[in-house]
Amino acid sequence: MTDIAATAAPSTETATLPARLAKGFVNRLVIIIPYLWLLFFFLIPFIIVFKISLSQTAISMPPYTPVLDFSDGISGFLAGFRELNFDNYTWLTQDALYFNAYVTSLIIAAISTMLTLIVGYPIAYGMARAPATIRPTLLMLVILPFWTSFLIRVYAWIGILKPEGLLNQLLMSLHIISQPLVILNTYTAIFIGIVYSYLPFMVLPLYSSLEKMDYSLVEAAEDLGCPPIGAFWKITFPLSLPGVVAGCLLVFIPAVGEFVIPDLLGGSQTLMIGKTLWNEFFSNRDWPVSSAVAVILLLVLTIPIMFFQQAQAKAQEQGR
Amino acid sequence: MNSTWSRFNITSIVLGFAFLYLPIVLLIVFSFNESKLVTVWGGFSTKWYVSLFHNQGLMDATWVTARVGVISATVATVLGTLAAITLTRYTRFRGRVLFSGMVFAPLVMPEVITGLSLLLLFVAVGLDRGFFTVTLAHITFTMCFVAVVVQSRLVSFDRSLEEAAMDLGAPPVKTFFQITLPVILPAIISGWMLAFTLSLDDLVIASFSSGPGATTLPMKIYSQVRLGVTPEINAACTILIAVVAVGVIIASIANKRREIQRQLDEQAAQRG
Repeated sequence: MTDIAATAAPSTETATLPARLAKGFVNRLVIIIPYLWLLFFFLIPFIIVFKISLSQTAISMPPYTPVLDFSDGISGFLAGFRELNFDNYTWLTQDALYFNAYVTSLIIAAISTMLTLIVGYPIAYGMARAPATIRPTLLMLVILPFWTSFLIRVYAWIGILKPEGLLNQLLMSLHIISQPLVILNTYTAIFIGIVYSYLPFMVLPLYSSLEKMDYSLVEAAEDLGCPPIGAFWKITFPLSLPGVVAGCLLVFIPAVGEFVIPDLLGGSQTLMIGKTLWNEFFSNRDWPVSSAVAVILLLVLTIPIMFFQQAQAKAQEQGR
Repeated sequence: MNSTWSRFNITSIVLGFAFLYLPIVLLIVFSFNESKLVTVWGGFSTKWYVSLFHNQGLMDATWVTARVGVISATVATVLGTLAAITLTRYTRFRGRVLFSGMVFAPLVMPEVITGLSLLLLFVAVGLDRGFFTVTLAHITFTMCFVAVVVQSRLVSFDRSLEEAAMDLGAPPVKTFFQITLPVILPAIISGWMLAFTLSLDDLVIASFSSGPGATTLPMKIYSQVRLGVTPEINAACTILIAVVAVGVIIASIANKRREIQRQLDEQAAQRG
């Protein structure tokens, strides 16, 4: 690499052939290494999930019958297509439990995304309007909880929401309630958990689009007699829409498949698909059915994930 | 813009931060509780920290978690940086859409799906589940976060610096290590820290991809939480929070120092 011809070359265009070949090789390596890694550890696993979702449960290790194996050669592989069965999928549609789990997950994720937006918007707005000198500190304070463990933050709420927990103690000592409220192990606890855990994901994109906004537009509208609330809905909110969309996607997509929050705060009475998949896998040891649950969950999430990817690509374009 | 920072804005920020921080503060406070009942204050005590250090299972899990975190964060940082360079520098190559999809999708993919799919891969290729498989799984999902962090720094990077170096005859690899790398180093460091904390934190993917003998700390905490809330878990959580907080503070101080140094250098350069 450091031969005199290469180093003395005035520009890369006129670099010697070995140097150019080396550059091409390095370029290709930069792309190929992460590409292959993601292909092998991200994409191929999904194909395996799909394959196993078409197999039968068996009492063996691994607990499923082999399908589409290349061990019998190509003809065996093609013969395997005829033996494929979609029993796991028909079973998912027949058992109301799974359908309900998907629907409630989507509804819970949608409601908690709305709640996160309602809680997060004033915070992001306040931060964007704060004096420029303290903005970095505020930003840091929003990011900091994200660095502490997700599990710990969810766990902290158990002690607060329990019937004999801190919230009930406080409310009862203030004589606001006489009986402890039952919050833990209800959907309310799940909403609180999701809003709390995902708040930074909502606030950060909102903040970045609100901070970029030209505030003189609002001042102009108010000078022309528009009431502050009208100016907010006509100017501020529409201009912050990219942030709203990004924040909502960042909260909604992971919330649909959330496991830790419904498991620890929702108890056994609440139903969410991430928990169903987990139980199917770890308690019932039914790998094919949990694979089918995962495939359908992925299909349900395809549309929002594609929106997310597009938003990311757009942000990348603008950044350049 | 001070006049627009109204009472409403201040109130919403104060309430918002109270909501974000109060649960963590309460958790820390009650880890010093004398009483075994987590929510009833019985006086100050550090006995739960003492019993924590005598809990062999918890100590083993901590050691496993630390090793998985350091190894996976390091490999993920290398891979994520390469992915970020690919995303920003190579705008056209075959399969670029698929590549950017594979980088961005894991950021929002529900953990149960990622965990399940990785587990089935490990079973399919016949890898025994344990320390090695957890590490591989953590590399895979954290490298995408590193890629996004490094990418955002690369986008704002002034490429004329690289061009100048190459015009002066530096070969591309040398240019990368002497020009590009120092400039994007802060992003790489924060990418490493993000990968490390994500690995430290992960329960779901670790539960799927781990095997006997490689129980991580979140898995241990989770199995104890299911049995009930105890001050000992509070103590374990407090130590974890403290470790992360110290790390973040050191990183931000170092960052600030570098920033000031850079400004001083620039001023000196301008004065000639």
